[in-house]
Amino acid sequence: MVKKIGSRIYLSVIFLFLYFPILVLIVLSFNDSKSRVAWGGFTGKWYISMFQDTAIMRAFATTIQITLVASVLATIIGTLAAIGIQAMRRRGKAILLGATNIPLLNADIVTGISMMLLFVRFTKLGFMTVLIAHLTFDIPYVILNVLPRLNATSKSAYEAALDLGATPLYAFYKIVWPDIRPGVFSGFLMAVTMSLDDFSITYFTKGAGVNTLSTMLYTELRKGIRPEMYSLSTLLFGIALLLLLLINFRSARKNDINN
Amino acid sequence: MAKELIHMSHISKSYDSTLVLDDLDLCIKENAFVTLLGPSGCGKTTTLRLLGGFETPDSGQVFFDGADITSLPPNERKLNTVFQKYALFPHMSIAENIAFGLKISKKSKSYINSKIKYALKLVNLDGYEKRSVDSLSGGQQQRIAIARAIVNEPKVLLLDEPLGALDLKLRQDMQYELIRLKEELGITFVYVTHDQEEALTMSDSIVVMNQGYIQQIGTPEDIYNEPCNAFVADFIGDSNIIDGVMLKDKLVQILGVKIPCVDTGFGENQPVDVVIRPEDVELSDPADGFMEGDVVSIIFKGVHYEIEVAAGGYDWLVHTTKMYPVGTHVGISVIPFNIQIMNKPESSDEKAVETGEF
Amino acid sequence: MNFKFQFKRQFLSGPYMAWIVGFIILPILMILYYGITDSSGSFTLQNITAITEPIHMKALLLSLKLALLCTAICLLLAYPLAMILNGLHLKRQSFVVFIFMLPMWMNLMLRILAWQLLLSNNGILNTVLESLGLAKVQLLNTSSAVVFGMVYDFLPFMILPIYNSMSRIGSDVIDAAKDLGANTLQVFLKIILPLTVSGVISGIIMVFVPALTSFVISDLLGGGKVLLIGNVIEQEFMQSMDWNMGSGLSIVLMVFVIASMAFMNVHGNEEGGAAVW
Repeated sequence: MVKKIGSRIYLSVIFLFLYFPILVLIVLSFNDSKSRVAWGGFTGKWYISMFQDTAIMRAFATTIQITLVASVLATIIGTLAAIGIQAMRRRGKAILLGATNIPLLNADIVTGISMMLLFVRFTKLGFMTVLIAHLTFDIPYVILNVLPRLNATSKSAYEAALDLGATPLYAFYKIVWPDIRPGVFSGFLMAVTMSLDDFSITYFTKGAGVNTLSTMLYTELRKGIRPEMYSLSTLLFGIALLLLLLINFRSARKNDINN
Repeated sequence: MAKELIHMSHISKSYDSTLVLDDLDLCIKENAFVTLLGPSGCGKTTTLRLLGGFETPDSGQVFFDGADITSLPPNERKLNTVFQKYALFPHMSIAENIAFGLKISKKSKSYINSKIKYALKLVNLDGYEKRSVDSLSGGQQQRIAIARAIVNEPKVLLLDEPLGALDLKLRQDMQYELIRLKEELGITFVYVTHDQEEALTMSDSIVVMNQGYIQQIGTPEDIYNEPCNAFVADFIGDSNIIDGVMLKDKLVQILGVKIPCVDTGFGENQPVDVVIRPEDVELSDPADGFMEGDVVSIIFKGVHYEIEVAAGGYDWLVHTTKMYPVGTHVGISVIPFNIQIMNKPESSDEKAVETGEF
Repeated sequence: MNFKFQFKRQFLSGPYMAWIVGFIILPILMILYYGITDSSGSFTLQNITAITEPIHMKALLLSLKLALLCTAICLLLAYPLAMILNGLHLKRQSFVVFIFMLPMWMNLMLRILAWQLLLSNNGILNTVLESLGLAKVQLLNTSSAVVFGMVYDFLPFMILPIYNSMSRIGSDVIDAAKDLGANTLQVFLKIILPLTVSGVISGIIMVFVPALTSFVISDLLGGGKVLLIGNVIEQEFMQSMDWNMGSGLSIVLMVFVIASMAFMNVHGNEEGGAAVW
């Protein structure tokens, strides 16, 4: 009993540690006073000024563009790559998987710098270089999510389909694709998460003029805190919560159907 | 008579408001090979887990050697368990697995080493000390699980469907192996299975369970030859179970035909279940049986043919060594001694036996 | 499958192979090239030996110290937490992942902002301390604040692999250990701990490497007063514009990252960080 209460308290403390800072941001976003500790009444004005702030809105739009384009392209390239890697012999597989792990394990700052060195030599930093950099760290997440699914897919079912006269493409679409779809989807989601949250790599590859939310906020935070950032936090947290609930609800329902 | 070693008294247990065991009473004698037999969900594994100490009953008591062990944790019980999926420790070598219990009880190094040798020899895996768990086949892992349990010299070995994951041939070999082990060790085995053949082969006594109740307790011969209700008859081997009416002592009517039997004491005009084993049905010329019918199907089974005969609106299952082509018109007869009469249960989960002792 | 078809399937990874060469291998070669040349392009090892300069050495040692501290705190917090979560026998494990991933979906900068608010001199923590009649503490712009921020940022990366490895231990294995006489402590020491080593190692790598190489958290929560090796490298590139020096120090950093991963992998079976997902 004592043990149970103890573990409940521990869970609550960690939970509080993770969520209290976010809660503070949410509360402050509705605070009429600019003070960080005193409550000056309820207001929505920080939301209005946030939406009127062109720097925030431009960074927001760029973030969405980079994230979506990079995630979709990474999902396509990564899924194709996973299928190819799976068909490879042991040695080729090992080499390619080793290379795939480099951007995941290497320090972000080193990855960012190394790409910057490459880009400035051959082109100018800008939207495209950020996109390429994001693709580079997104693709491995897709591959590592798809590959296990692919390995678990029954090879004999695929061969049976070929045996029954299906073309390889048709057999893939009908037999393999349904099995790996969850992996492709979770790979896409990971890519979105990583792209949305990335700072270091974007920071080194963006050049002047291009800003994602992360790099814009970094510059702003070094200057000082503006209340619009609270409302931005609340908005982003709300979107994340909604999206994750939606995904969780979807997969939960699917599990129920499967059971 | 051997003395009573385990007594489970008025045990009830439920999970999330589903009653798994209802007022169960069971005694197990020293040195017996007792099998708990029943379909999945009948409560046999729960019974075993209560003995092992992994569950505590909602009500009732468990006695071991006269002492109440109801709330004793598993590590303080003198019983050891062989788990269904072996539950070997994947990060330890075979020797370390077997030595686990002995190291906990702080036995000397030389004692442990000799025990490991002895146990591996006993399960026919000498020389496997240094092997890893992954490198062993299912059957070998099973033997190690048994070795790991018996080195602690438990008074009782609990086995939870230990052969369930093995293939048929291996399962049969392991059955003889277990009987041999039991004889060499001279300890009590409590064995859980849903495989009636396993139960019949190995046990001294069988406890047939269904839906949380004990249906029947007896020797394999008793259970097979004298099932006390239709569930037991159906679960143990194939049976023809036919609705009938007991007209008077030693005369029963099935499918519109009156046939003699040996049972008495059911009263008059009482609805009953009539159970006839397929090997007890005799086929003959149409005129010689108490009933006529046609062969619908025949399958060669090696030792015998399995024949289905449609007669009197019922498909009779018959085992015979003689071949009858499909369409043959045959007569059916059964000698009175081979006809089992059973009371119809009032509900499907009615308990047939209040308490059992053997 | 016939040979011709196999060839086709492998061909599908062609674009990715080109990508690896162009955007993973080539950039690393670039950094190596810059690291061993000076601004005129001739060979030198000065950029690498520059790590021994007091200011660089101090930053590297501080980075190692804070990263170790952060990893240790994360491990101490996460292990009991994983045990408790595992003990809850949640029917849907994804719920746990959800709870701990959700804060990660907040932008890193905004999470840092939250800690700035909490830790600043007239922030919430100090206001609470004051109202309790206690003395204010200077937390923002110190190493402690940086460690706070790192733990907050990286804790989920420690929790998830440990929780995963723990939830894979079958309950029958635990039962078997108890059956053989092990008490709660012995079950923990002999079964649970050894079987979660791989998860702990994944967690350590996933926390230690980003903590060692971080420069944003130290910049914003350390207020420029806490100089880590990441900050030094960032300044070489973005302020001093000495790319050769920056590359040389990056090579040193890479060596430390690789060494720490090799060190951890020697002490556990192979389980890459990606297995966590």
